[in-house]
Amino acid sequence: MSPEMINLIAASTGETLYMVAVSALIATLFGLPLGVFLATSGKGELFAAPWVNRVLGVVVNATRSTPFIILVVAIIPFTRLIAGTSIGTNAAIVPLTIAATPFIARLIEGAIREVDQGLIEAARAFGATPLQIVLKVLIPEALPGIVLGLTLAIVSLLGFSAMVGAVGGGGLGDLGIRYGYQRFMPEMMLAVVVVLIVLVQAVQSIGDRLARRLNKRIRHA
Amino acid sequence: MNAPLGYIGDKPSQRLIPVEPIVRLEKVSKTFPGRDGQPVTALREIDLAVPQGSILGVIGRSGAGKSTLIRLVNGLEKPSSGKVIVDGADIAALPEAALRHARRSIGMIFQHFNLLSSRTAAQNIALPLEVAGYDKAEIRARVEELLALVGLSDKRNRYPSELSGGQKQRVGIARALATKPKVLLSDEATSALDPETTRSILDLLARINDELGLTILLITHEMAVIRNIAREVAVIEGGRIVEQGDVFEVFTRPQHEVTRSFLADESGRALPPYVQSRLTPEATPGSQAVIRIGFRGPHATDPVLARLARDLAIEANILSGSVDEIAGRPFGTLVVGVPEASVSTTLDFLNKHGLDTEVLGYVA
Repeated sequence: MSPEMINLIAASTGETLYMVAVSALIATLFGLPLGVFLATSGKGELFAAPWVNRVLGVVVNATRSTPFIILVVAIIPFTRLIAGTSIGTNAAIVPLTIAATPFIARLIEGAIREVDQGLIEAARAFGATPLQIVLKVLIPEALPGIVLGLTLAIVSLLGFSAMVGAVGGGGLGDLGIRYGYQRFMPEMMLAVVVVLIVLVQAVQSIGDRLARRLNKRIRHA
Repeated sequence: MNAPLGYIGDKPSQRLIPVEPIVRLEKVSKTFPGRDGQPVTALREIDLAVPQGSILGVIGRSGAGKSTLIRLVNGLEKPSSGKVIVDGADIAALPEAALRHARRSIGMIFQHFNLLSSRTAAQNIALPLEVAGYDKAEIRARVEELLALVGLSDKRNRYPSELSGGQKQRVGIARALATKPKVLLSDEATSALDPETTRSILDLLARINDELGLTILLITHEMAVIRNIAREVAVIEGGRIVEQGDVFEVFTRPQHEVTRSFLADESGRALPPYVQSRLTPEATPGSQAVIRIGFRGPHATDPVLARLARDLAIEANILSGSVDEIAGRPFGTLVVGVPEASVSTTLDFLNKHGLDTEVLGYVA
């Protein structure tokens, strides 16, 4: 493999990591409160607001059911408004974030719902406010599940980020399409796939290890 | 209305003066919306007073309404009608913020402990204090005190998954006591524990009641819990309190069917199977009457059967018997068979000696 190729792969890997890291961070910032709210706003729950809950649920589902590539194109005006441009790595972060936020929200909702209802009851019984229950009981108890959910979301983002190459987003997917496919360089395609496999593997094992360390429900030897 | 009598301090022997009970339920009813739109009534017109410093046990089968009852006391459930007065405040009428504040003086422990798995024993105990806004130094000192009280100082840094059931409940108790409550609610706190651990947890609760003067309201489906720790008992069935009073009185002279059935679960109260299977409600000539004799307090040690034989020449046939301790007082039960012809003479004789009798049936 030529040094130029290696440079290309290194640069594209950097772009991918940048897009995924920034969009994962912003999506978590929005997705965490949204997920917590979805998990606690049903009928009879801490922040009971069944109608808001239902409407948010529909919005979340709608965003999640829109194919990513269509979402990318459909929100171009919005992307331009936020990023100032509709092409490039920064522009790609906008649709990635929008796709990841409801996904992360649902994963966090699931992790929060796994928390034993008895803990909420106990916290109410000693006088905790709903916000204290969220911050001191629900999130800490759900943390292993939340970490696993975020790991899954980052892995998915790695996949999505390959698609933004189609709108000039850059990154490994873009490299694979332009060199591997359009210029028919199978070794480039292979290299891209291998790098992605390594990235996914790394993210997953870091996430698993962190979740295991946070999980105090199981005895550690 | 006159204030009901209650005990100040721990022992019934201490002076008896009228005090306002710390927890009082007045005509409390609770209805839940049912699945098919038909409302389900969990509690009907409950009147209950828990005197300050006492241990009151509510016993009932599952579904009798006892869980709902205990949750009314700290406002986890709101009554459909009636009043729940705790330490002078109507819990049901308090706005949320005031209710949260009031809950700090009402501790609660649970069947499944409800400890945070992500926090150590010490951190679990600290949680109510963090929530109440204590500063770090205060929390540390108080947690140490509580760990020592429940005998877990050496387990402070263990996570709940590393503790036994009994130890988890001790953490639960320490957490419930963190904000120095006046009342402790115990929701089947020993139901998930083995008999020996149950005993040690009950001893701890009794000690806390004694040393801190803490009022305890507990619900259970186990007679042993009531017998070992409670001073007063309320029997609940179908959302109503069917019998209520001093534990010894209620359990040695049960008036209601449900109370009797709880007693029947106790060892020594049940008839031996070979008698039970042959028991008929009607006497037949030559049959034996099966009589249950209850010995209370001072009579528990009288040689009454010997006298029966000597004075009346009636020979009683002992079928089963036991001596139990209820609320710290001895209580004996003897099931005997006597010839059907001498039943009334025997009953007169026994009643004259101050014993409780009950004819259970006849055996041919």
